[in-house]
Amino acid sequence: MEPFTRLTSRVVPLPNENVDTDQIVPARFLKVTDKAGMDQYLFCDWRFDAEGKPRPDFILNQPRAHGAKILLVGANFGTGSSREHAPWALVAFGFRALVGTTFADIFRNNSLKNGLLPVSISPADHAELLSRVEKDPDVEITIDLSSQTVTLPGGKTVSFPIDNFSKQCLLAGVDQLGYMLKQAAKISEYEASHPQPVKTISA
Amino acid sequence: MAQKPQTLFEKIWDRHVVVEEPDCPAVLYIDLHLVHEVTSPQAFQALRDRGIKLRQPSRTVATIDHSVPTTDRSLPIADAMAAKQIRQMETNCREFGVPLYGLDSPHQGIVHVIGPELGLTQPGMTIVCGDSHTATHGAFGALAFGVGTTEVEHVLATQCLLQRKPQTFEVRVDGQLHPGVTAKDIILALIAQIGVGGGVGSVLEYTGSTIRSLSMEARMTVCNMSIEAGSKAGMISPDDTTFQYIAGREYAPQGAAWDKALSDWKKLPTDEGARFDRTVTLDAAKLEPMITYGTNPGMGVPISAPIPTPESMPDASSRNALLQALRYMDLAPGKPLLGHTVDVVFIGSCTNSRISDLRAAAEVLKGRKVNPKVRVLVVPGSQEIKRQAEREGLHSVFQAAGCEWREPGCSMCIAMNGDELKPGQYSVSTSNRNFEGRQGKGGRTFLASPLTAAASAIEGRVADVRRFL
Ligand code: SF4
Repeated sequence: MEPFTRLTSRVVPLPNENVDTDQIVPARFLKVTDKAGMDQYLFCDWRFDAEGKPRPDFILNQPRAHGAKILLVGANFGTGSSREHAPWALVAFGFRALVGTTFADIFRNNSLKNGLLPVSISPADHAELLSRVEKDPDVEITIDLSSQTVTLPGGKTVSFPIDNFSKQCLLAGVDQLGYMLKQAAKISEYEASHPQPVKTISA
Repeated sequence: MAQKPQTLFEKIWDRHVVVEEPDCPAVLYIDLHLVHEVTSPQAFQALRDRGIKLRQPSRTVATIDHSVPTTDRSLPIADAMAAKQIRQMETNCREFGVPLYGLDSPHQGIVHVIGPELGLTQPGMTIVCGDSHTATHGAFGALAFGVGTTEVEHVLATQCLLQRKPQTFEVRVDGQLHPGVTAKDIILALIAQIGVGGGVGSVLEYTGSTIRSLSMEARMTVCNMSIEAGSKAGMISPDDTTFQYIAGREYAPQGAAWDKALSDWKKLPTDEGARFDRTVTLDAAKLEPMITYGTNPGMGVPISAPIPTPESMPDASSRNALLQALRYMDLAPGKPLLGHTVDVVFIGSCTNSRISDLRAAAEVLKGRKVNPKVRVLVVPGSQEIKRQAEREGLHSVFQAAGCEWREPGCSMCIAMNGDELKPGQYSVSTSNRNFEGRQGKGGRTFLASPLTAAASAIEGRVADVRRFL
């Protein structure tokens, strides 16, 4: 996983509320058995028309989306299915952070494990940022993970929450399995004092 | 000193914390890990890449449900990618020693249907699956929730998950349901009330006299859709209904082990005086059959009510969301949904494909014909349910009425296996998601109960089942 420290980028606004992971990656693309090429499926049914041609009115098809690393999203982004294909596709497309008010639980967890930082700011700051980026596609914001702050256009700095464990993993670019594997002795101890259910599962 | 009263959730949580270091999430032990073909291949590959074995194959169970065709199983799978994904699941299970209820198993079925059916799902357990509807198993008084593929990898490798303690949220449902109103209507009404983000960060516990009177299958329908309110899990304190359901099932404890398990399970229910972080209440006697009109499960109304108008929305963003949904659905605000034309009726999914759901639908369809313009798919949740339905002659009722009787799987709930709506088609569906394109690109879904689905199949329009009772 690529470390996440500080990011300055233009912002792509996609403020719809309750965007579900079926929109982020439609189910018919979940038949893949690896993670390669997920960017082509990102918002596929919003990005392309029935003939597979890009819809010019969809934000990700506009020049401003090119090279931008921050997506400004609406409330409860990532609701629905647990598919990790959603953050895989967002990362493959080039996004490293999402700025919104609230995120769906499983999606938030999945994003943090893939170097994609979900940033929650207040509805008022969100509305202000949205109106700025809608007026001017070139405005940039800076997200600094170690101080947990976003610097908004105009210079206002607001802080965002993240649990310290996920933060340290992101800053160092390490995944969380390493930490868990180090707990092997404790896990064995737990298993010894909590015996298996009587019947062993066998198909 | 008397112990502080605890909720069901808190008891299960405390029992499963392996270690909790300062500034770190808890390491939570997972009793049962369910696996399916869609969200696991990348996790198995990651283990292979790291040279890690499965920690507890005997706490891991796999099935194949999402991408399987629901047509004749003796035929080869036409979709090359689905076939490859299914073969990959078989290879992964062989290589890592995971028991697999695969395509040739008499127990194959939707993962959340077969867990309870086999008696694998038991009170007090922690259960996870790379699937958001894992909440279903909470009906047994288990803490069950969906995880992503990286977390599937964590559980395969360590039988544990890193977790932060969620909040507790009581949903109290009291009162007598009217005829024609079901568990599905309770949960659709709840989500319409609290919204699809209403439960974010929380575990729901359903309490109250209505919940206590529900069968296990109906409780599963309620818990199944907890995720549709954004909550991490939904659960119900176990009682005699729970214990009776489990007794005698394949993986249920037996003899002395049963007695021991039972006395332990009886300690699980939420204590008198335990506090929840939040509570909402629902009056079951006021509920009508529910139906959704929009593109998320919170966009639901009583069947006799009109579709909301933009003016009735509290703010600009919900107004926009409503307008966008109605544009996709090609529906007019302020008009009733009752009587709207339907092209397809889907009876199935981990929400409503169990034997009681099929019996309920068959009761309405018995001696009647479905409208010839409507395609009706009946997809049992498992091979076991299919056999039971055929023993009872339900398949003949469905076939005589003009429905398709198919092989078990997720089918048109997620439309990965070729069962799908055509662009622009409308369905009444007993599944759990009405997102844009969920049942096929461009398809439009009205979520409802099996009773409402059966009534709508007969009329060829969105129908009020109470006319048929
Ligand atoms: S039936 Fe639908 S919701 Fe249930 S597991 Fe299958 S795809 Fe998911």
